[in-house]
Amino acid sequence: MAEKFISRGFKGRARETDTTRRERVPPGQFETNEFPVLSAGPTPRTSLERWDFSIYGDITEDLKWTWNEFQQLPRETVTVDIHCVTKWTKLDTVWTGVSVDTLLDDIDLDAQSDVGYLMAFCDGGYTTNLPLDDVRGGKAWIAFEYDRQPLAPEHGGPARLLVPHLYFWKSAKWVRGFKLVRENRPGFWESAGYHNYGDPWKEQRYAGD
Amino acid sequence: MQDRDLRLDGNAAGGLLNEIFPFEMTSAEATCAGCGTKKPIGELMLYNHGMGSTLRCAGCDTAVLRITHIRGYYRLDVSGMSHLRIAE
Amino acid sequence: MALQLKWQIGTAVEIRQETPSVKSLIIDLPDWTTHLAGQHVDVRLTAEDGYQAQRSYSIASAPEDKYLMLTVERIGDGEVSPYLTDVLEVGYQVELRGPIGGYFVWNAADVQDNGPPLLLVAGGSGIAPLMAMVRHRANSNRRVPTKLLYSSRSYDDIIYREELDRLVASDSSLRVLHSLTRQQPENWIGYGRRIDREMLAESAWPPDEKPLAYICGPTALVETVANHLLELGYEPERIKTERFGPTGG
Repeated sequence: MAEKFISRGFKGRARETDTTRRERVPPGQFETNEFPVLSAGPTPRTSLERWDFSIYGDITEDLKWTWNEFQQLPRETVTVDIHCVTKWTKLDTVWTGVSVDTLLDDIDLDAQSDVGYLMAFCDGGYTTNLPLDDVRGGKAWIAFEYDRQPLAPEHGGPARLLVPHLYFWKSAKWVRGFKLVRENRPGFWESAGYHNYGDPWKEQRYAGD
Repeated sequence: MQDRDLRLDGNAAGGLLNEIFPFEMTSAEATCAGCGTKKPIGELMLYNHGMGSTLRCAGCDTAVLRITHIRGYYRLDVSGMSHLRIAE
Repeated sequence: MALQLKWQIGTAVEIRQETPSVKSLIIDLPDWTTHLAGQHVDVRLTAEDGYQAQRSYSIASAPEDKYLMLTVERIGDGEVSPYLTDVLEVGYQVELRGPIGGYFVWNAADVQDNGPPLLLVAGGSGIAPLMAMVRHRANSNRRVPTKLLYSSRSYDDIIYREELDRLVASDSSLRVLHSLTRQQPENWIGYGRRIDREMLAESAWPPDEKPLAYICGPTALVETVANHLLELGYEPERIKTERFGPTGG
């Protein structure tokens, strides 16, 4: 087999991590101070007058909040680490949003216990699937501020899903709601070869990992 | 940041497409399943996400062709394309 | 004819500083066949730990030239261009594949001297593939009426400036119109702003001559110019575009 060609003197972007923070960086990741924008399509620009967030599906409830109603809900500011499957990790990112627990409060999930999954759907057509348990118990938010500023459109504004314990493609930008379902179906990237669950600590990047 | 900052056109996907199809692909004509527009792939809007490439119709934004290359497999999602014409 | 491009390795035989932020790399590729003006190559860099980065660069040399020329603008936060402009030296090898592209190409063999006129619009380093066309046109002694409208930040940022001056001086069928968007020298008689509809209305070929237009540069410039040409009456199939992304390369 031929020796692989090496570009003399090429190092690429900084791919080392400060050892004092190493244990916060999942395997195969490196830390960045930037906030790269990755997009598979044009940036949706939904006006706040037209924006709403819905929860519906294989459940008896059908919920919807307008932007004003959403802003009246209790909000939290959290500091979390985020991990993109393209290998960058950003530590200590600050987000403000409504906990998904707050949104699910009005749904009697115990009575409808066979509904175990959700598909998040978004402006622009993006989807991602998650087990319901992964957005409950203080693990997920609908975030509308980043670094205490209104979330920029290219980063998912007006609001995005934030699920930091999974790879960041699960934190769907321009989220508009959840469809709660009994069966787990793959979303946009999951049906293109990426892992259905996406735990960065188990390096579940691709289907079959 | 404008949308324009995030996109190229299908010309930049020529190399990747040639890994899959042994032809010159930027002039291959794709018919969008969303709106019926026929365009050379070079005129589609290319979003080179780090996770995969998405080629969208310039008229209606339908994802005409999506490609990922993972662990030795190319996956093409062609659901947004109704026809593809390639010159031999 | 079926083709499958392979990665090939070339050696930089010359490096030219075109402007403060732009260099041309002249590359000797033993396995190269030929190319059409307007095509590009993919350049792939590999680090010792196997990490790879890849970008496309237009071929600036004409098909008749002995070596391949790539003209690279240094993008500060880029991954590939800083290597090509800051690290690569004469004698270093570079891996690339090509030629790629069949849509954004111009072939003198397909053109008559009395055929429809040619409009080339370039923003910054978008001049590279259009320069391949201009060079190929000159090599082929084609006199099809050609106008190049070329937008640069300042006089010192005009890539290939002297060569363009020489070509214009020796060929009355080629005209080059410069627009300097940020800084103009004293006594500047060219345009001094971003390319807009008024500039195109004044300088582009009239649509009833059925001109063929090629536009290359930053995505914003390409889309703005293409839209204006459509508004001015150019036929959509006769406007060819190649976007370089946000900063032109």
